[in-house]
Amino acid sequence: MRWLKSLGRVKIVWPLVALGILLLFNLFFTPNFFHVEVKAGHFYGNLIDILKNAAPIMLLAIGLTLVIATHGIDISVGSVVAVSAGVVAMLLGGDLGGHARYPLAVAMIAALLVSSAAGMWNGMLVSRIGMQPIIATLILFVAGRGIAMVTTNAMVIWLYVKPFALLGQGYLFGLPFSLYIVAALLLLTFLVTRRTAVGLFIEAVGINPTATRFAGINARNIIFWVYTFSGFCAGVSGLIVASTVMSADGNNAGNLYELDAILAVVLGGTSLNGGKFYLLGSMVGALIIQTLTTTIYAFNVAPEISQVVKAMVVWGVSLLQSQDFRSRLAAMFSRREASA
Amino acid sequence: MAEGIPILEMKRINKVFPGVRALSDVDFRLFRGEVHAIMGQNGAGKSTLVKVLTGVYGHDSGDMILEGRPIRPGSPLAAQKLGISTVYQEVNLCPNLSVAENIFVGRQPMKMGRIDWKELNRKAEEALKRLNVVIDVTRILSSYSIAIQQMVAIVRVLDISSKILILDEPTSSLDETEVEQLFKVIRKLRDDGLAILFITHFLDQTYRISDRITILKNGEFIGEYKTDALPKLELIAKMLGKELSEFSFATTRDERKNEGAKAARDAKNVLQVKELGLRGSIAPFNVDLSEGDVLGLAGLLGSGRTEMARLIFGIDGANQGEVFVKGKKTSINSPRSAMMAGMGFCSEDRKSEGIFAELTVRENIVLALQGRQGSLQYIPKNRQMEIADELIKSLAIKTPSANNTAGQLSGGNQQKLMLARWLATNPIILILDEPTRGIDVGAKLEIMELILNLSRQGMGVIFISSEFEEVVRCSTRIAVLKDKAKIAELGGDEMNETNIMHTIAGGKYA
Repeated sequence: MRWLKSLGRVKIVWPLVALGILLLFNLFFTPNFFHVEVKAGHFYGNLIDILKNAAPIMLLAIGLTLVIATHGIDISVGSVVAVSAGVVAMLLGGDLGGHARYPLAVAMIAALLVSSAAGMWNGMLVSRIGMQPIIATLILFVAGRGIAMVTTNAMVIWLYVKPFALLGQGYLFGLPFSLYIVAALLLLTFLVTRRTAVGLFIEAVGINPTATRFAGINARNIIFWVYTFSGFCAGVSGLIVASTVMSADGNNAGNLYELDAILAVVLGGTSLNGGKFYLLGSMVGALIIQTLTTTIYAFNVAPEISQVVKAMVVWGVSLLQSQDFRSRLAAMFSRREASA
Repeated sequence: MAEGIPILEMKRINKVFPGVRALSDVDFRLFRGEVHAIMGQNGAGKSTLVKVLTGVYGHDSGDMILEGRPIRPGSPLAAQKLGISTVYQEVNLCPNLSVAENIFVGRQPMKMGRIDWKELNRKAEEALKRLNVVIDVTRILSSYSIAIQQMVAIVRVLDISSKILILDEPTSSLDETEVEQLFKVIRKLRDDGLAILFITHFLDQTYRISDRITILKNGEFIGEYKTDALPKLELIAKMLGKELSEFSFATTRDERKNEGAKAARDAKNVLQVKELGLRGSIAPFNVDLSEGDVLGLAGLLGSGRTEMARLIFGIDGANQGEVFVKGKKTSINSPRSAMMAGMGFCSEDRKSEGIFAELTVRENIVLALQGRQGSLQYIPKNRQMEIADELIKSLAIKTPSANNTAGQLSGGNQQKLMLARWLATNPIILILDEPTRGIDVGAKLEIMELILNLSRQGMGVIFISSEFEEVVRCSTRIAVLKDKAKIAELGGDEMNETNIMHTIAGGKYA
């Protein structure tokens, strides 16, 4: 029992438990949910779909985890996804013959630079001007859609540059290519935050910005770069979104993604009050959301109540995350045992 | 102050929390027309006793007798109905309502279904006048000083019931004149026959206001004394549970003077500040600090002590003046630049400017050092552990391990933790703003001992304390501040509490 108790204190355990319950539910009630077959040299099935569809949110959640750890928020990421998709589409051009206007690498790097610049703008507003993060990023939340519309000339640009499809639709060693991108960015972020002091500084800023400054640490720079990184992550996410559907739609690309990404981070155990952050937890959080969506589809839940079902599950998982709720529940059970 | 029958008697009170015996057989008496102080270190059981009396906690055994009748209040409201009123440290009033509204909120005088504002204001004015406080009761509460707000809080609870008044650390955020203002009110209430229980950390105030002292230690009753029959040193000794002769501090003072004189002869200058100032914050001042110097900053609350420290450490940007560190002109425009120049600063506000409660003790300790090295030169975990363990040991920080979170430590240990953070960076100048505030007497002595040791090792220290006694004990020189300006510097034989007070009052040394 003791090892079970100390296990319960490990943050990642609770999101995993929630994911496990969801999967278990599907094991019993959704036929063929776990069925994976090999088709045309790569794996195919519900589980693979979940991983593939979760990739854009996972990428956003990596950046957002760090932003939220500094006691900030970035609600512009969904719009930046659209900007990134728009920039890459504009530079590749909608040539039906598949001829790219600029080299693919140039187009992708340009999209990432523009997205990072968007992050810098957010970072500057928050760290230098001292705006409230939600207001500062609200500006790009709105303006980003406008910028995306300008890049696509307010139309949906369809892309025919074949190699670009690899990002969102391709496979490597039987698994979706986008998963390797997520893994690479996750690993990079993990190394930078946990194998250097960057992670400690981010947590310090989130817990107590004044004390961080007084300890001789440049808190403003940390905040600035964290938002910049969030913009970069949104840029990568935008490339994958554009590649998956081979088009850029300034209106709909990445629409409401910011909410799913924030939810993923919170489900993963990082508090909106800042401080300790859990990158892997955020990844599990993103998978919970995607599994839920897939489950709802698989069950043919009527669209008018699917959102309600989703909300209920999210509510339950959030409660499970709360230490306070768990100890109250435990107290309730032990009292019942005592009286029985 | 007749030795009659006590209005309140608590006999052999016991209270056990899981794992801790908070009160064991504690006796306490309270008389009409008397101010009674409960003294003891943190954890002595003062607040538990008060919470038993006010109905916050129930007690396990023992009797409480109020005016000859046994009582057992089940809640603070029940205690209030019995006539036991409490004013807490943080004023529990509505800052954006008027003074009169605050006094009568919930029981406003009504006229034809509407609030009778005239009557309300008149009654509020009257109630305050009884305490010799004459203010405009229609102005909002937050426009008055904390002292006035305390008095409004007192008037509010007194109006409901008035047998016993409990004041829990009422003076902790007041300056000297405000304390005197409040004391006048307390004396007036006492002379009117109220029984007053007064809780404070300040020894001086205990002697100025109280008639009787009950001492607790580790949840046990040590004794009840008439204040004028209990010398201050004896009180401290009883609170600590030590014999008087065990105090090394009785002797350190003269040694310090000699050390100071010696240091001045052959020590190298580590910090020189020339005409540093910031308009609206502090007038331009000079500081000369040599190796092994402890410069004490003495002054009343709001005299500019903290402002001076913040300017030197680069928290506020100066708009004039120069800083030389080890003889070299240095531009200090942020805490970071101050740290890089070899300074360390422990803020007076541990909670909001010092400690990271959710981070571990280890992380709290290495933070500044890591900040100096830059984020890429990561200190490996085992090296962090070594640094932390070494400092935990040498500063005697009480924590189960370096991996516990800092929020679990007591105030005194958090203070040491902040010190440890800076000692890890091996600074040449250390600025300590009120390192002894809000911690118990034992921890105070340890901190002061540490300051002395650091200065003996050659560190230049700037030490701020509200207690002149502490400043005199630790310092080799004392800068006196008043009204946001440094007005004098005392050294050698001039360093004593009387001289500081005279200087502030505008006497001999001004």
